[in-house]
Amino acid sequence: MFFFTPPGQTSSAHCSHYLTGIFKSNTNTNIFSIIFAEILAKMAMHTVQNQKALIDHLQKSILKWEGYKAPSETHERMGLGPIEAAFPNQVFPLGSIHEMICANTEQATACAGLVSGLLSVMMQKGGVCLWISLKDNIFPPALGSFGISPDRLIFIRVMNDPEALWVMEEALKYPGLAAVVTEVRKLDFKQSRRLQLAVEYSHVTGFVLRNMPAKMAPTASAARWIVKHLPSRLEDDMPGLGFPRWQVSLLKVRNGNPGKWMIEWTGDKFKLIEEQKSIHSLEQKAG
Amino acid sequence: MQRRYMAIWFPYLMTDRATLGNPQLSGSPLILVTPERNRIVVKAANRQAEEQGIRCGMTATDARAVTADLHTLDYPHEKEERILRNIGLWCIRYTPFVAIDLHDGLILDISGCTHLWGDERGYLKELVLKLRGMGYYARGAIADTVGTAWAVARFGNISPIVSSGEQAGAISSLPPEALRLDQEITDKLHKLGFHTIGSFMSVQRTILRRRFGESLLLQLARALGSVDEHLTAIVPPVPYEERLPCPEPVYTPEAIETAIEKLLESLCPRLQSEGKGVRKAVLKCFRADNKQVQISISTIGGSHSISHLFKLFCLQTEKIEPAMGIELFLLEAQKVEDIDPVQEKLWAGKPGLQDHALAELLDRIAGKIGPDRIKRYLPSEHYWPERSVQLAASLNDKPQTAWYVAGPRPVRLLSQPEPIEVMSLLPDYPPRVFSCKGKRHIVTRADGPERIEQEWWLGKGEHRDYYAVEDEEGLRYWLFRSGHYDGENGHWYLHGYFA
Repeated sequence: MFFFTPPGQTSSAHCSHYLTGIFKSNTNTNIFSIIFAEILAKMAMHTVQNQKALIDHLQKSILKWEGYKAPSETHERMGLGPIEAAFPNQVFPLGSIHEMICANTEQATACAGLVSGLLSVMMQKGGVCLWISLKDNIFPPALGSFGISPDRLIFIRVMNDPEALWVMEEALKYPGLAAVVTEVRKLDFKQSRRLQLAVEYSHVTGFVLRNMPAKMAPTASAARWIVKHLPSRLEDDMPGLGFPRWQVSLLKVRNGNPGKWMIEWTGDKFKLIEEQKSIHSLEQKAG
Repeated sequence: MQRRYMAIWFPYLMTDRATLGNPQLSGSPLILVTPERNRIVVKAANRQAEEQGIRCGMTATDARAVTADLHTLDYPHEKEERILRNIGLWCIRYTPFVAIDLHDGLILDISGCTHLWGDERGYLKELVLKLRGMGYYARGAIADTVGTAWAVARFGNISPIVSSGEQAGAISSLPPEALRLDQEITDKLHKLGFHTIGSFMSVQRTILRRRFGESLLLQLARALGSVDEHLTAIVPPVPYEERLPCPEPVYTPEAIETAIEKLLESLCPRLQSEGKGVRKAVLKCFRADNKQVQISISTIGGSHSISHLFKLFCLQTEKIEPAMGIELFLLEAQKVEDIDPVQEKLWAGKPGLQDHALAELLDRIAGKIGPDRIKRYLPSEHYWPERSVQLAASLNDKPQTAWYVAGPRPVRLLSQPEPIEVMSLLPDYPPRVFSCKGKRHIVTRADGPERIEQEWWLGKGEHRDYYAVEDEEGLRYWLFRSGHYDGENGHWYLHGYFA
């Protein structure tokens, strides 16, 4: 169907019909036609003053259509503070694949630290976590300091990447797990898509720690992280080690906003560090 | 048809068993002893010992006084039933119905079996001689009732075979002990002058009941055949295995999978009804070229789920080479264990380690990559880092001790500490600079030392002084010096990475 509306008589209802007609001709744009129809319907109802509320509302509708559920009243907070605001609906996406880029062992360890902090929240209500890796070098007692009971982790050592991904996919299909962590060398789009399909069924969270940043192909994961160490700081420049401090970068977030933050693990929770210039550097500028 | 029973008596059961275990003891007097009321008492004596005058119930010192070359062993308690059960299982070749008669005999229901060995005499001779050949001295008797056969086997000295309906005549000359009575009643009978069964068989029943109780009448009636006696037969364990012969050799993967499914469909319901689960199973495929291929599966917790076991086998079917085709499939459950039925929970969050589906998932993974690559750790009471964790034997193991959280521990621990070169300014201070794998790290912050002593009863080597250090970029390492500081030649190692 195709409507020609005479000039001067444009109404929202007509316009929406007009647009629907255009997009019907294209097969994959059904969703857009609905969105446009809604925009036009709303615009007729709302005035310019509450445009912001309208855009927010529309954004939520789009997320709903794409399969993101609106957060319920009792949804879990991961304790990441403003980092969670980078994700769609301001909720850390559980039940999806998170990809973490680690160039070397040190970075992989920092990633393991961040993941352990997140696991402590995920495993609060029980559940078991599978940790799949090529090397068997995670030291379970250390995970206790991240609030996890290390005997609820099952470690699986694999020989190569295909085996790791096979085990991960099998594990992600089982809804009883809290999370699955896998350390692999590389991950391509097809493999990540398979993992994503598995978690869509089971709502288990998957973390892929990959250590070949050179081959960074696009993947279907919900977020891509990089965790780097930062020098720790104690109050009044006391000697000794402070809490572990990391620079957490979200390179890519599906339907979210990438960003960069500084956080600390303070023994039982994450703490965001505000970027502040030291007095010393300010003085130098002034001088 | 008149039932016929055979009683077998092993007068020296336990000593015969002991002699079979120690062949050098045969032919010499042997007693088995057990402590009883602060005395060592003879519990069993063999024929040679009895000939010397040793009786059960004597003290061991008295027995040793009788004869010098006396061998003494401890009496193995609660083993009679197992020995009798094994002999009974062997006897099933003579009759399908064998019952254990504790503590020293067997009862066989031989109705309709004897003609295969000629007659009853031939049957009895064959069985008793075979048992004696095995090393167990045995006496047998055949009668219409269990009671009479029991009595004649132990006390009879005329003929071991009591022809049908002759029970009263056979037992009338035997002592009252032959009726399987309590010691108290037999003592009373002897005291009153009833030294044979025949002497009180014709006494009025009311008088016997009043003086000796109901049990005497019951045992007498059982021996004479007016009251039936119930026996519990030994049931040999049926092995958990299934066979599937193929009318024509099969070689396609689909056919093999169908065969596995069929075998499991007949095996699993039986396991389920008995409350058992497979821990280890083997599928043997007999090929047309007279060769045999086999695959095996194992599970973490027992399982009798057809779909789960089928999946485990399917992971391995590619290892089967059918060649000319497979003629016969044989599925054996080699290891079977009792499984606890799990109660479903309606609430609670994620299921824990005891979950059924988790065990099935791990079984599938183990089937694909090997069971030794799945690990779960429990804390162990050692400070030495390599020994501070131990592998959990099963998913049900709980930590016996708390996890160590007092000191800093690295998230990644190297299985082999890596030697590093260091420069330290002062003894017993953390290094100022260290280089590892060609990279130089300038240490800006450090914690330590934490001294961990080698457990000398477990291993050799020096103690370790651990330092947690942070370099300029914020990278954190766990370093240690092995032994005391000795100038430039100190042995320094990198042992782990902190998060």
